[in-house]
Amino acid sequence: MSLKIQALTRSIWVYHLATGSCNNCDIEILDCITPRFDLERFGIQLVGSPCHADALLVTGNMTTKNIPRVKAVYEQVPKPNVIIAIGTCALDHGMFDGSYTSRVKVDDILPVDFYVPGCPPKPEGMIAAVAKLIAQLRQ
Amino acid sequence: MDWKSIKTGLQDQFADKIQRWHEHNTRRIYLDIDAEMLEPVVTYLFNTLQSRFIIASAVDKPNNMMEIIYHFDFLHLPQVLSLRVVLSKDRLEIESIAPIIVGAEWIEREIHELFGITFKNHPNPVHLLLPDDWPEGNYPLRRDQ
Amino acid sequence: MSTIIPIGPYHPLQEEPEFFRLHVEGEKVVHLDIELGYNHRGIEKLAESKSWDQVVFLVERICGICSTSHPAAAINCMEDLGAIVAPERAQYIRAIICELERIHSHLLWVGLAGHFLGYNTVWMWSWKYREIVCDVLEKVTGNRQSYAMFKAGGVRRDLDQDDIPWIMESMDKMKPVVDLFRGAVMDDPVLHARLKGVGCLSAEDAINYAVVGPTARASGIRIDVRKDDPYFAYPWVDFDIVVYEEGDVYSKAMCRIDELYQSVSIIEQCLKKMKPGPIDLNIKELPPGEGIGRAEAPRGEVFHYTLSDGSNFPARYKVRAPSYTNILSNEKAVIGETVADAALILAAVDPCYCCTERLTVIDEENNKSVLGQADLLKLSQAKTETLMKRLSL
Repeated sequence: MSLKIQALTRSIWVYHLATGSCNNCDIEILDCITPRFDLERFGIQLVGSPCHADALLVTGNMTTKNIPRVKAVYEQVPKPNVIIAIGTCALDHGMFDGSYTSRVKVDDILPVDFYVPGCPPKPEGMIAAVAKLIAQLRQ
Repeated sequence: MDWKSIKTGLQDQFADKIQRWHEHNTRRIYLDIDAEMLEPVVTYLFNTLQSRFIIASAVDKPNNMMEIIYHFDFLHLPQVLSLRVVLSKDRLEIESIAPIIVGAEWIEREIHELFGITFKNHPNPVHLLLPDDWPEGNYPLRRDQ
Repeated sequence: MSTIIPIGPYHPLQEEPEFFRLHVEGEKVVHLDIELGYNHRGIEKLAESKSWDQVVFLVERICGICSTSHPAAAINCMEDLGAIVAPERAQYIRAIICELERIHSHLLWVGLAGHFLGYNTVWMWSWKYREIVCDVLEKVTGNRQSYAMFKAGGVRRDLDQDDIPWIMESMDKMKPVVDLFRGAVMDDPVLHARLKGVGCLSAEDAINYAVVGPTARASGIRIDVRKDDPYFAYPWVDFDIVVYEEGDVYSKAMCRIDELYQSVSIIEQCLKKMKPGPIDLNIKELPPGEGIGRAEAPRGEVFHYTLSDGSNFPARYKVRAPSYTNILSNEKAVIGETVADAALILAAVDPCYCCTERLTVIDEENNKSVLGQADLLKLSQAKTETLMKRLSL
C-alpha cells in the first residue's frame, strides 16, 4: 500500500457537493455525522472547502447551470481523491430524467468511483459504502 | 372583512369589466378580465381589499392563446381568487404588477423566461432560473416549441 | 466603495436554490442580490409528462425536507379538481404525517441555527432528538424521508393500530425535548443579544413581499392555511396559531419552537380520535377542469395549481414553494445589519443551509478572495464568544 493511499484512507475528510438535488440525500449525509450514526468517531468529517477534502460526495442530477461550478470545485480537490455519487438522481437522474435543465449525468462530468443508490440512501447505506470504499482502496 | 363584502366590492367597482365570474366551489373563484384592466383590479385588490398575492401561473392554451392566472387570497379567509388574463401569442405583452406588489417580481421574471411573455415596466427584467447563455427565443414551457 | 460577498452559488435547496451577493460597506450590508436557478430541474414541465399518480411522487422530490407538504398540496389540488372527499381515517393519517414532518423540519432548523451561532451542542442535540421522529416515520411509512403516503382520494398505507401506543410514547419523549430547547432560547442572555432586534421584517414588508409561514407569523401576521383554508383533519383538532410581533430572528426561532408543542398536540389528538375505517377511494380518473391546492408546510404555504384536459396527464402544473417568497424578503431583512449577522438572517427564513457552507468574500476591485466561508462562520461564532465574555458567562 502506497503512502498516498494510506494517508487517503485514514480519517477521510469529505466535501459535500450538491448539484441540483432535492435535499433528501443532503440531510441524510448530515445525519451520518450527528449523534445517532456519528461517522466522526472514525475521523470522517465534513469540511467547508474542497481544498481540504479527500472525498467528494456528489448528490443531485447535475443541472446545466451547475456544470462549470462543479468542474471548478473538482479542480480544487487534491489528488488522489475519491468521488462518491449519492442517490438515484446522481446515478441516472431518477425521477428527473428528460428535464430540459439536466442533460448529463454526474459521471459524465466527474470520474465517479462509487455509487450509492437509493432515494434517499439510508445513513446505514452510506456508512456501508464508506467501509467498502476503504477496504477496496487498501487492497 | 368577509367574502361577501369583497365580492360585492369587486362587482360594484368593476361591474362591466368582469367578463366571467366563475365559482368552481365556495373556496375557489375564477375571474376573467381584460389585460388592460389588470393594473386597476390588482391595485384595488391589494390596496383596498388587503388581499395577499400568492403566485401567478402562465398556461399555454390552444388557438394561439396564452393565459396568465394571478392567484390572490385574503387574510383569515379560505377563498382563493384567481384573475385570468388571456393574451394572444401575436402580442405577448402585459403590464407588470411588480411595481404594485414587490412579491410578484420573481414570478414575472420566471414567466418571462419560461413562456416568453414580456412584462412592461418590470423593475428588473433579467433571467431568474435559466442560465444567462440560454438561447434567445427558446421557451421551455411553450407547447409550440 | 462597497465590497461584494458572494454566498453560494449552488446549494441543495429544493426548487429555489440561491446565490446571494451581499454588498457591504465596512461592516454594514447595503444591498443584496439574489440569483436563482442552480437547482432548477424543470419540475413543472416534467409534471406534464407524468400521470396523476406519478405527479405525487414527482412533487415529493421537489424538496426533501418538505417531502410531504408538496404531495399534500398536490392531492388537495387533485381533490379540488375532482370534488373528491377522502375517507376520515385517511384525513387523520395525512395530518399525522404532515405534523411529524413539521417537527422534524423545525428541529433541523433549530440545530442548524445553533451551528451558526457557534453552539454546536444545540446542533447535535436537536439532530439527535429528530431521530425519534424519523423512527416514527420509518415505522409508519417505511422510509425516513420521502414517505410516498399520499394519493388522491386516500393514503397508500394504513397506520397499524398496534403502533399507536408506541407513537404516543415517542410523542411523550418529544415534550421534554421541546421544553429544553425553549428554555435554552428563552433564558440565554447571549442568544438574546445575538437574536433580538436582528434582521427585522416589518408587518408591512411581510405583506408586500407576500411572505408565508413562520416568517410571516413572526412579523405579527396571523396566517396559517391549516386554519384559514382547513384541509385534512385540521378542522377536527384543536390548536393555536403561534404569532410573534417583532419580526426579528428571535421571534422566528420562538415561533418555530412553539409550533413544536402544537404539532405534538395535534398528533396526539389525531391518534386518539382516529377510528378504523376505509383509507382509500380508489380514484381512477380525474375530470377536465382546474384545481388549486394549498397546504401549510413547515416553511409556509405551499400552493399548487393544475389544469386538466381530462387525460391521464396534467396539461399544466404550477408549484409555488414557500421559500420562493420568503427568500425574496431577505432583501429587506438583511439591509443595515452587520456581516457577522448576515449568515444568520439569511438562514432565519429557513431556506436550506448548505449554501452557507460556501461563502467567500471577494474584493470587487481585484476579485480576490478576502474572507473564506469558514471565516464568515468564524466571524459569527466569534461574535457570540465576545458577547459571552462581555456578559461574563
